[in-house]
Amino acid sequence: MIELSDYLVLSALLFSIGMAGIFLNRKNAIVLLMSIELILLAVNFNFIAFSHFLGDIHGQVFVFFILTVAAAESAIGLAILVVLFRNRGTINVGDLDTMRG
Amino acid sequence: MIEKVIFYVFAGILLAAALLVITARNPVHSALSLVLVFFTSAALWLMAEAEFLGIALILVYVGAVMVLFLFVVMMLDINIAVMREGFSRYLPLGALVAVIMVLQMLLVIGAAGVDLSGFAEATNPALSETNNIRMLGNVLYTVYVYPFELAAMVLLLAIIAAIMLTLRRRGGTRHQDINKQVRTTKAERLRMVRMASEQKNEQ
Repeated sequence: MIELSDYLVLSALLFSIGMAGIFLNRKNAIVLLMSIELILLAVNFNFIAFSHFLGDIHGQVFVFFILTVAAAESAIGLAILVVLFRNRGTINVGDLDTMRG
Repeated sequence: MIEKVIFYVFAGILLAAALLVITARNPVHSALSLVLVFFTSAALWLMAEAEFLGIALILVYVGAVMVLFLFVVMMLDINIAVMREGFSRYLPLGALVAVIMVLQMLLVIGAAGVDLSGFAEATNPALSETNNIRMLGNVLYTVYVYPFELAAMVLLLAIIAAIMLTLRRRGGTRHQDINKQVRTTKAERLRMVRMASEQKNEQ
């Protein structure tokens, strides 16, 4: 039988892989967005696991809302990336220093 | 037993694909690995009896969001070599932070020895119902109806924001100005011409 801690350990590993992705790909804004998706997925895993093992449906409702907001966020993030590329010709995070004081 | 084996197989695929997402040289490969991550997550969610969310993850993420990602990755001309620089420099730090975070979370999970017996009263008798979608709908359209509508507003906002951000009006193209068309007056369109009447041709 699958334990709750199995899901929690898997979610912890997934979360830190996403975290490491933010460190490793700090130049590439697209992979940064993908790492954020990984982190959100890890959080959703926790919600689903607790919802299953507590027998409480409200956790799944919360996952539903997180999915909605994450989809909206990535759509707007990608739109910003497209505008950025159109204006600057690059999506290298290191080159975005217009606002530097 | 067989359940546990399936769980571990899917968990292994999930973690391998997630590692590929952050280490792939080409962003297209990252996006495709992320698709695999979402597929295996959906399978694991199905195993946790969250059927609706598992299907929704595939439909919404694999079907819409990842296609959007792939579109953007292929539309932008990315210099991969420049993007990769600093990868090996930040590798030790990133790995260190990741390992520390995993250890901390494992300590919390292991030390507290996640015990749900105190929460036993939270168990919803309605959950014994087998239809996951019906259960979710019963809650979503009653207790969470206002947050549900707010979520719809968030999506609408995302549509409008994304369109407005990427909309580009080029000069010199011909298009209708509805406002101008509606507000036009008779004087702008109709011109009365006074002219002498012509002689009728008589045979």
